[in-house]
Amino acid sequence: MDTTEISVISMAARRKEEIVEKLFFLCAVLSVFATIGIVIVLLVESLGFFQEVSFVEFLTGKKWSPLLTPQSFGVLPLINGTLIITLGAALVALPLGLASALYMSEYADPRIRRITKPLLEILAGIPTVVYGYFALTFITPNIIKHLYPAANYFNAASASIVVGIMILPMVASLSEDAMRAVPNSLREGAYALGATRLEVSTRVVLPAALSGVLASFILALSRAIGETMAVTIAAGMTPKLTLNPFESIQTMTAYIVQVSLGDTPSGSIEYQSIFAVGLVLFAMTLLMNMASYQIRKRFREVYE
Amino acid sequence: MKKGLTNRQLKGRVFELVCLGSMMAALAVLTVLLWDVWTDGHAWLDLQFLDSFPSRFPEKAGIKSAIWGTFWLMIMTALISVPLGVGAAIYLQEYARKTTLTRIIETNISNLAGVPSIVYGILGLALFVRAMDLERSLISGALTMSLLILPIIIISSQEAILAVPSSIREASYAIGATKWQTIRYHVLPDALPGILTGNILALSRAIGETAPLIMIGALTFIAFTPSSPRDPFTVLPIQIFNWISRPQEEFHFLAAAGIVVLLVFLLTMNAAAILLRNRYQKNLKW
Repeated sequence: MDTTEISVISMAARRKEEIVEKLFFLCAVLSVFATIGIVIVLLVESLGFFQEVSFVEFLTGKKWSPLLTPQSFGVLPLINGTLIITLGAALVALPLGLASALYMSEYADPRIRRITKPLLEILAGIPTVVYGYFALTFITPNIIKHLYPAANYFNAASASIVVGIMILPMVASLSEDAMRAVPNSLREGAYALGATRLEVSTRVVLPAALSGVLASFILALSRAIGETMAVTIAAGMTPKLTLNPFESIQTMTAYIVQVSLGDTPSGSIEYQSIFAVGLVLFAMTLLMNMASYQIRKRFREVYE
Repeated sequence: MKKGLTNRQLKGRVFELVCLGSMMAALAVLTVLLWDVWTDGHAWLDLQFLDSFPSRFPEKAGIKSAIWGTFWLMIMTALISVPLGVGAAIYLQEYARKTTLTRIIETNISNLAGVPSIVYGILGLALFVRAMDLERSLISGALTMSLLILPIIIISSQEAILAVPSSIREASYAIGATKWQTIRYHVLPDALPGILTGNILALSRAIGETAPLIMIGALTFIAFTPSSPRDPFTVLPIQIFNWISRPQEEFHFLAAAGIVVLLVFLLTMNAAAILLRNRYQKNLKW
């Protein structure tokens, strides 16, 4: 074999290597374009919206009635709706999720944990439209109406209960991961001093895992903010400023769905308004996800 | 002294029961949900239901177009998102150096995983349906779904590739293999079960998604099965949502029957993923 032939082969092989690497690089960069696409689409269409409605009016207006005349574009009622759902979901998911995580990490037999953790995660895998069905046909008539007979057929309470159930596995699973990352020597030290399991759980494990637990809380709440189908089905289509969970409300996500169910022509102000609302939604969830990431990174207790 | 100790132990016992109770409460909700859907829907589940198109008469309505639409959408989404996602994971895990660009890409992927699905729907509506003029078709739906599950596919594939020990790569390099040969013949085959598991779970997420497809306009009356990627379509969650939003109770029972079918789909996919993972964990010990 003469030397030129070898170099030709290796040249071809190297070219192939380079092409393959470039292809994979393109795949990786595509995800950046997805983000850029989202931001551009939201900004461009929102700009059209803000030419008609002032930014201040949008952010401080107390009335949202884009589909009626006279139109009114104050986003506060929608934000109010989203926050009621998020608050209600937090009341369900944070205590139950945290307690489940403590049980799985500190009390349960490993065999039991191996069964219960995937079972809990099934709750996170059930489609949100199913949760909507469950809220509307089971929780509202069987639970909410018993507690408070005057409750509306569509109400924030039943939607926030199912959203809470939906995000519970996220809290339980991520918190449990954080607790299990706490080294056993810390627990053993506390037990050696005569601490009970409760004291070890709440005064040693929980503080040591706090960054992971808080990060899971924020991440789960950001999921609740973006939740769409369950709230569209069960919480109603009535944007209003209220703190009463038994009334029909409307969230930002449910409004976006409502507009896209109708036949709004592109370029109309109703069509553009979903991008403005989407921008608020995107900004809120992005900030929360980034906060969750920073908390995990900054406040993590590092053990060797 | 003794009394104090029993008091503390009692508190501990109560706390344990509270924690156990919380976990059992969550599992009880899961049981009640499945039971509720089954009792509402099982009477409507029959061959006629699976083999009929939607109708305004509940006793004639079925999910044929929704089942076909779901199959089409899943296969097209898999064809788009799996190569792109696995490719991105290979790049990030095997090729990328720790540059600023790499860090931006990785942060970006974890942020994308947290973007609400409806925002992907907004993107799909503006980009695929309107700007690229693909209309309310399967291809618009598959592209939107692909963007939605791409971050999940990338992250889980990265984990599977990371689990392949570097000694395998070094052995391959030592006998003169190039980087691509090493990846092609050693890293990928070893990581494949893990990659498949992650991809199946990501696709099962896409099967249950409703909001992004409503955004791109998939909520219409479809009484035919799609025959090309440019055809309009409906899927199971959309058909279920359609029936839930009707006031008549019969349609709610139809929705429950549809949910049973959807959950059977999802459970099958999840079971496949778990079986695959278990086999892989048993057979391969580094």
